[in-house]
Amino acid sequence: MKVVVCIKQVPDTKGGVKFNPDGTLDRGAMLAIMNPDDKAGLEAALRLKDEYGAEVTVLTMGLPKAEEVLREAIAMGADKGILVTDRVLGGADTWATSTTIAGALRNLEYDLIITGRQAIDGDTAQVGPQISEHLDLPVISYAKDIKIEGDSVVVERQYDDRYHVLKAKMPCLITALSELNEPRYMTPGGIFDAYDAEITVWGRADLKDVDDSNLGLNGSPTKIAKASDKVRKGAGEKVVLDTPEESVSYIMGKLKEKHVI
Amino acid sequence: MDFTLSKKHEMARQLFKDFAEAEVKPKAQEVDETEKFPMDTVEKMGKCGFMGIPVPKEFGGQGCDILTYVMCVEELSKVCGTTGVIVSAHTSLCIDPILTYGTPDQKKKYIPDLASGKKIGAFGLTEPGAGTDAQGVQTKAVLDEETGEWILNGSKCFITNGEVADVYIIIAYTDIVEGKKGRKVKRFSAFIVEKGTPGFTFGTKEKKMGIRGSATYELIFQDCRIPKDALLGPRGKGFPIAMHTLDGGRIGIAAQALGIAEGALERTIEYTKERKQFGRTIAQQQNTQFQLADMATKVEAAKNLVYKAALKKQEFADGAKVSYSVEAAMAKLYAAEVAMEVTTKAVQLHGGYGYIREYDVERMMRDAKITEIYEGTSEVQRMVISGALLS
Repeated sequence: MKVVVCIKQVPDTKGGVKFNPDGTLDRGAMLAIMNPDDKAGLEAALRLKDEYGAEVTVLTMGLPKAEEVLREAIAMGADKGILVTDRVLGGADTWATSTTIAGALRNLEYDLIITGRQAIDGDTAQVGPQISEHLDLPVISYAKDIKIEGDSVVVERQYDDRYHVLKAKMPCLITALSELNEPRYMTPGGIFDAYDAEITVWGRADLKDVDDSNLGLNGSPTKIAKASDKVRKGAGEKVVLDTPEESVSYIMGKLKEKHVI
Repeated sequence: MDFTLSKKHEMARQLFKDFAEAEVKPKAQEVDETEKFPMDTVEKMGKCGFMGIPVPKEFGGQGCDILTYVMCVEELSKVCGTTGVIVSAHTSLCIDPILTYGTPDQKKKYIPDLASGKKIGAFGLTEPGAGTDAQGVQTKAVLDEETGEWILNGSKCFITNGEVADVYIIIAYTDIVEGKKGRKVKRFSAFIVEKGTPGFTFGTKEKKMGIRGSATYELIFQDCRIPKDALLGPRGKGFPIAMHTLDGGRIGIAAQALGIAEGALERTIEYTKERKQFGRTIAQQQNTQFQLADMATKVEAAKNLVYKAALKKQEFADGAKVSYSVEAAMAKLYAAEVAMEVTTKAVQLHGGYGYIREYDVERMMRDAKITEIYEGTSEVQRMVISGALLS
């Protein structure tokens, strides 16, 4: 069984957010982590490795420094890492990204492709399902449980107040929620192995059956008009009157004034 | 010469830091209050490979270097001195001597389970009458020529990981020979003793000032029979084995001391930026700034000594015929004294709150003290260092 997990290096929300002049994220200048939903997808794949001996390949598209998340994935137990990186791929929206990743996936054999539901930087939840469209595969999104039954997967899909149990023949694509599992820690020995491992690096020329007009910033239908960091809220007003009762009635008055209550 | 950590070491540090923050820190106060050995944390560390970091992969270890192990103890100790010493004693004092002096069979029998954390290790040298002066060891091992077994009698005290550990390295005297000046001198040997061996029991659990979750027990041997092949290394070489083991152990304790100091400094920086007096934060007062600068400088100096000792031990592990005894002694001496000084200043900068158990620095100051005492007091470290200088 072969599983490919698509992962993304995203800005660590603990660090600040920085933008390029064109409004896209300046990824090189930010602290970065593996996207949490993707990490859950990776853990799901590693559990398939533990149980069925699946071979797990991790694939990412990004700057050369995105290699770090591939090494992290290998340190957790993944077998191989592939980095898709090329200047012409920069500034991609979900369409150009999914086109690129599908172009890379066409070079690989797989029974299952797992992606995270969405990345914490873009929050679109579009790339996974779009990849499945490009590759003409069934997709089950928002997976909270994954089981293998013969040549099929049985997945619990989260759906507002309930969940659906769906079965799909492999090969297929699943998008994972961070609630799916508790990702394992890396091991120190895994980290040492990960830095000895060779990362496969692919560029534009390695992408199969893709058109340049669908790649990078130029191939992205989404144009960012303006982007900015969240405006910090002010310190607010401290209410320290003579008695607690007076303070409470003052606050209640203010809340009523603003129609909060 | 390069003071920059490699990327893999940076990633390993991040792993230890993440684990410490998520799994160890939330329990540190409770472990201290209840004096309960954090077995669940040890099990998790076992799964993550933390119990066998510098152990070759062929023995089920992680195949990493000494520096990675040192950073693990350091990061754990930043949030919990107890957890740091559990890993240190297990790795440096039990796994290391078996790896260094064990027969292939002994390594095969003990190392995989120790490295995976399925079993916990400990080391017993100290006795009521023999701490710094090892010649005072009364525990005796006699070979029963008929059965080929060793019979152990005596007791050990202040044994870290006592009672919870499954495998113990025990130093006992096996022979008395005539020394250079015609005086009788004891010859020691090292043994591997398993928990559950008849005649091996545990005495009192010590109630300590700090590292209160660490299990510190008395070990009692009463006609305890152990197999002939439980002898670790050559007969009569127990003393050099113990000293060599302690050289390594000191690097672990130096890392623990370093971690405690760093943890206290971090807490103090956070606190001084929040605490306001006379209308501004105490971090804005020059006294605080100068204190923090001194603390950080000493911590950095300690770190350099500890990492240097780790690299020196690595040279030895890689096959070079070098001694790391002086480096280990200097690292432990300095890091322990810095830990005590920094934690004391941390409490002072926290003011009254620093004296309250809810605040981590109170625990850290108590935890720091032991690093000046165990695995050779600061005075012993000075003896080792000056001995090398004057030899």
